Amino acid sequence: MSTKTETAAADRRLGEDLLVATDLQKHFPIRRGLLQRQVGAVQAVDGLTFTVKRGETLSLVGESGCGKTTTGRLLTRLIEPTGGTITLDGRDITHLSASAMRPMRRDIQMIFQDPYGSLNPRHTVGAIIGAPFRLQKVKTEHGVKRAVQELLELVGLSPEHYNRYPHEFSGGQRQRIGIARTLALRPKVIVADEPVSALDVSIQAQVVNLMEDLQNEFDLTYVMIAHDLSVVRHVSDRVAVMYLGKIMEIADRTSLYERPMHPYTVALLSAVPIPDTNRRDNRERIRLSGDVPSPINPPSGCRFHTRCWKAQEVCKTTEPPLAELAPGHQAACHFPENTTKLTIDPTGSAA
Amino acid sequence: MTQHEDNLGGAAIRPAPVDSGAFLQVRELRVHFPTDDGVVRSVDDLSFSVDRGKTLGIVGESGSGKSVTSLSIMGLHKRGTAKITGEILLDGQNLVGMSPERVRLLRGKRMAMIFQDPLSAMHPFYSVGSQIIEAYRIHNKVTKAVARKHAIDLLDRVGIPNPKSRVDDYPHQFSGGMRQRAMIAMALSCDPELLIADEPTTALDVTVQAQILDLIRDLQAEFNSAVVIITHDLGVVAELADDIMVMYAGRAVEYSTAADIFNSPQHPYTWGLLGSMPRLDRERTERLQPIKGTPPSLINVPEGCPFNPRCAYAGTNGDLSFTVRPEFRDVGGGHHIACHLGAEDRLRIWDTEIRPKL
Ligand SMILES: Nc1ncnc2c1ncn2[C@@H]1O[C@H](COP(=O)(O)OP(=O)(O)OP(=O)(O)O)[C@@H](O)[C@H]1O
Ligand SMILES: Nc1ncnc2c1ncn2[C@@H]1O[C@H](COP(=O)(O)OP(=O)(O)OP(=O)(O)O)[C@@H](O)[C@H]1O
Ligand code: SF4
Ligand code: SF4
Ligand SMILES: [Mg+2]
Ligand SMILES: [Mg+2]
Repeated sequence: MSTKTETAAADRRLGEDLLVATDLQKHFPIRRGLLQRQVGAVQAVDGLTFTVKRGETLSLVGESGCGKTTTGRLLTRLIEPTGGTITLDGRDITHLSASAMRPMRRDIQMIFQDPYGSLNPRHTVGAIIGAPFRLQKVKTEHGVKRAVQELLELVGLSPEHYNRYPHEFSGGQRQRIGIARTLALRPKVIVADEPVSALDVSIQAQVVNLMEDLQNEFDLTYVMIAHDLSVVRHVSDRVAVMYLGKIMEIADRTSLYERPMHPYTVALLSAVPIPDTNRRDNRERIRLSGDVPSPINPPSGCRFHTRCWKAQEVCKTTEPPLAELAPGHQAACHFPENTTKLTIDPTGSAA
Repeated sequence: MTQHEDNLGGAAIRPAPVDSGAFLQVRELRVHFPTDDGVVRSVDDLSFSVDRGKTLGIVGESGSGKSVTSLSIMGLHKRGTAKITGEILLDGQNLVGMSPERVRLLRGKRMAMIFQDPLSAMHPFYSVGSQIIEAYRIHNKVTKAVARKHAIDLLDRVGIPNPKSRVDDYPHQFSGGMRQRAMIAMALSCDPELLIADEPTTALDVTVQAQILDLIRDLQAEFNSAVVIITHDLGVVAELADDIMVMYAGRAVEYSTAADIFNSPQHPYTWGLLGSMPRLDRERTERLQPIKGTPPSLINVPEGCPFNPRCAYAGTNGDLSFTVRPEFRDVGGGHHIACHLGAEDRLRIWDTEIRPKL
């Protein structure tokens, strides 16, 4: 239990940088042949730089396969980065060994994409949620069982669910079991990979509200990965848009949704299906055409140029830097929307 | 006010929204799973139909029987596990009780399904391409080379990068979203007359989603297929569906045209669904408003209306909600609901309490 002064100190620290990724990379080697020689690499994550502030929710959105889950697994140190650094609470954790990482593991936890596959069907709910206590040898005041039952209540399940098995629960309840397991260790940061996409909208709303309550109660910091841009707007303080292993745009929620600067973000927002039958026929949707590039051979220059309707010659040759074009709003594009600033001389003399 | 008042105007009472003559007709379908704890009534007295060229959207809570219904149509429940009664008519032929061999011959060309879980639909030991080629050649007398070209074409159309080289990949080498697209390619390979798409785009970003929905529209335009789309994304059904069926606890609770469901929904559960989603076309709200309570057990389904423990209007009409199961009935113009609320109450509640908050 924290004392009053400690709480006040924590309050003051809300908003400071908690998790910092610098030029983070993950390349998966492609091996072929008898000797398993490396013939190339999937550049799943290719140079991400961003910070997550204490107490905020940062969402990662972007095309399927653009490296969101890989980023989550890097941040939680489930996989080893190929390059770059990660610091958590001021401490460099990039290459901490498993044993050195163990005490830090409690601080950063992941909720996995699949609520069905990530719970062992042969273990009871009590065993599943209690496992982190046992693995981390955490001492609990009234024993593990009491601690687990308290967690069950916290996420809106009942203590009598302790001895039940995952298949006896609905999708939404299973998602809550996953959340309870994640909370067991009172982490500072939770990376939540598509925590609500398999749920119906009502259960989605329950889980979103629960996550907000927990954030307020425990000053949690979230990195959310999601496809549903309406949910993302609701939950996020800031949003990062990824494309092919890189960040294309990162900004405050309002700024991103009201004044998107990167053409890919504009295309994404225009494609969100709107639950209103009256607007079915008069939507202006940007259809992306052109080759879908592969992370094995990413396009030269701007990675989005093969599908961008604004692409010019310079886009093929020169990679646009991720630059701050408005306060708190960064985008990587030579010809951004919703701003008068250009990152480069449009006559092409810079190319 | 009584529950029959709606029909006093002379509108014919149709027991269920089944159009005899429609390409797919489901009548009084029941799918029950006997388990150690009791019988799970996953689908209980469900009727609907879909004609060629039309799209039916099915929405509802998780665990309400949407996937179980689709698997029954496709004849994919393991023998012996599910007790299926009622009728499923595909172009007039009843699939309930048909031999598995005959149903297998219908799959692919006459009907095909995009599954919620892509891994279960693809065999891990065969390459993605060979599975599409196989599916295509069952119904089309073509050489392997032709079928292979068709497979590459399809992978390209669903947005797989480098389809020529990735056609020989195994499913585990694809990302979650790529696997889903490969499965969609497989389902579309024979231009099915009935396509059931169970959460076809949940693992996909919105631009790829738009591309897949276009593909489904193209299929429909070109081959006049009947389409059933099951999804939690109300935006997707608003864009794609002609009619929408809302399910709760193994039953249909509301059925009408898509425009009706979004503009004048009449069932409290549908109100709850519409009220709980965040919307990009509205100002952001501070707090989402979920339906209170938890989904019902399908072994001990609540007496009366299965939604009564969670419904704010249970009790408005005496204790009917707690004692009598509301009949699924036409309340005018083919709009069906299963609710005891009288017409006036429903309209008043929608106009004064629900609509202003959406
Ligand atoms: N273990 C692995 N070996 C090889 N390639 C991998 C591996 N894991 C991921 N990849 C590749 O890295 C890229 C990024 O994958 P990732 O799972 O991070 O995407 P994602 O953004 O989470 O996509 P989705 O939205 O579909 O979940 C993909 O091209 C994927 O095929
Ligand atoms: N083989 C089975 N044995 C017992 N119960 C089953 C079986 N298959 C499904 N059920 C139960 O039937 C109910 C309906 O399941 P179904 O998969 O159709 O739900 P759904 O509406 O598709 O939900 P979701 O939106 O989460 O996919 C669930 O409560 C499920 O637990
Ligand atoms: S840099 Fe060029 S290709 Fe890239 S997003 Fe901007 S305009 Fe499009
Ligand atoms: S019948 Fe009663 S409990 Fe059921 S939805 Fe209607 S008002 Fe609610
Ligand atoms: Mg992922
Ligand atoms: Mg389902």
